Amino acid sequence: MKADSNEQALLKGLANNDSRAIETIYKENFNTIQAFILNNNGSYDDARDIFQEAMIALYEKAQSESFVLTCQIKTYVYSICRRLWLKRLQQLGKYTNQVDSLEETIPVEEDLDNHEKRNAAFAIMDRAMNSLGEPCKSLLEGYYLKKLGMQELASEFGYTNADNAKNQKYKCLMRLKKLFFAQYNIGE
Amino acid sequence: MDDILLLEAIERYLNNDMSVEERTYFENLRKNTPEIDQMVVEHNMFLHQMDMYSAHRNLRHGIHDAHQRLLERGDINEGAELTTRGRVIQLWHKYKRVTAIAAGVGGIIALFISGMVMYFAPAVNGNQLQQLSNDIAAIKKKQQVQGNLINEVKSKLPEGVRFVSGGSGFLIDPKGFIITNAHVLKGSGAIVVNSKGQEFNADIVHIDQEKDLAILKVTDKEFIPRKSLPYGIRKTSSDLGEEIYTLGYPRSEIVYGMGYLSARSGFDGDSLSYQLQMSANPGNSGAPVLNNNGEIIGVLSTRQSSAEGVVFAVKSRNIFRMVDAFRKTDTAAEKIKLPTKSNIRSAQRKQQIAEVEDCVFYVKAFAK
Repeated sequence: MKADSNEQALLKGLANNDSRAIETIYKENFNTIQAFILNNNGSYDDARDIFQEAMIALYEKAQSESFVLTCQIKTYVYSICRRLWLKRLQQLGKYTNQVDSLEETIPVEEDLDNHEKRNAAFAIMDRAMNSLGEPCKSLLEGYYLKKLGMQELASEFGYTNADNAKNQKYKCLMRLKKLFFAQYNIGE
Repeated sequence: MDDILLLEAIERYLNNDMSVEERTYFENLRKNTPEIDQMVVEHNMFLHQMDMYSAHRNLRHGIHDAHQRLLERGDINEGAELTTRGRVIQLWHKYKRVTAIAAGVGGIIALFISGMVMYFAPAVNGNQLQQLSNDIAAIKKKQQVQGNLINEVKSKLPEGVRFVSGGSGFLIDPKGFIITNAHVLKGSGAIVVNSKGQEFNADIVHIDQEKDLAILKVTDKEFIPRKSLPYGIRKTSSDLGEEIYTLGYPRSEIVYGMGYLSARSGFDGDSLSYQLQMSANPGNSGAPVLNNNGEIIGVLSTRQSSAEGVVFAVKSRNIFRMVDAFRKTDTAAEKIKLPTKSNIRSAQRKQQIAEVEDCVFYVKAFAK
């Protein structure tokens, strides 16, 4: 089943990090997933984790250039959650003889593999960022994540001028790159 | 320092911040210096990674916020915010397995116990049956001495009083006059119990030992007088071979029996009684004997111990005679109006029984 225009709009919204789209998708799908997790040995926290992971996977799917969702959002989210939860159960050594599946599912293994690779990269970035120390971390976050201007950052961090701040930023960036690639290339 | 300058140049190049001249110069540099080219590619990739990381973090925040908003609005539910019902569900999920195991163990124990009961029950019943037959044997001996009276039903001993005998009785007046056998009332008082198990206090108001009949008056406030009686009491004699039935209390529950009128006189030519062919047991004494028309033709009283199924009933006309005699001695008897017409004449046997059943009582006589 092709996703209808309404769902397409929602996905577009999600890809642009639009809070209304996120909320709508969240509201329409969360309860089903929560019930599924709770019925299969999971807790409320598990349900939240799994569902939010699925939202991110959906976001990645919506962002990719080759993006085609061949089913309803509901089915996709359910399939992802189911797969993720089975995996989690296996890791915990909790085997359920039969995870109930009355819902339609689609194969999502490939998407999940990509999602996990990305997650691994983000985790490395996270660690690298956190081991930088201040003010490097905040400076880089301000410039690259919050997209603040150099002048702004200079006054916020108390540098005498923007050039000094820029200099400092590049030093930090080099350290970050070093930390990141050290981990990232091992991962590869 | 050179590295920093280079990095700045690469970033400006990637962000398209370079002037045309500078850009051409830099692109030439890239072509001629593989190291710089590599750095550009690497930095591009890293910046892309940073962008994705940033978007990812923002998205996580966005999702988290959405979750909080929906939670606050009650569109979704979670453990902490839940009502009691939700907590129960959560507990259920938590202890589902334990509960299942407990239920399973419980089930097995229940099966085991019922199995044990099944195994032992027949033996216990056997004893009870044995005891009962002993009682009957004792009764038989007594009956031979006393002249074939059916009366003995052993009762338990409640507080203060001792039940000495039991039998059946039936209403002869809707206001609560009950007739039974004189031999049933061996003690000083009696209570009556209806077919639903309700007990009522009663006074013994008249006894005629010769006819072996007695009248009880229900004095209990709980007793609700009936409007009328379903059956009539027959004044005239009944015919040989007439099909008859009875309802009595050989046990604490009402029991139906049927047979036929086999002789116009009773034991040893007793002209006050009929001989009936039917089965009767201790406790049937005082029970009404009815014909197909729902008329009472007698009061079951004794049986012949030496023969099977030979039972005697006091003829119904003696009821009239006794009530007449009673009227002469006591003004209370004037209230008694004996029913002579059956209201269940054309009814089926089962319907007749349903009607009559309510008027037949279990009589328990006691001594203080």
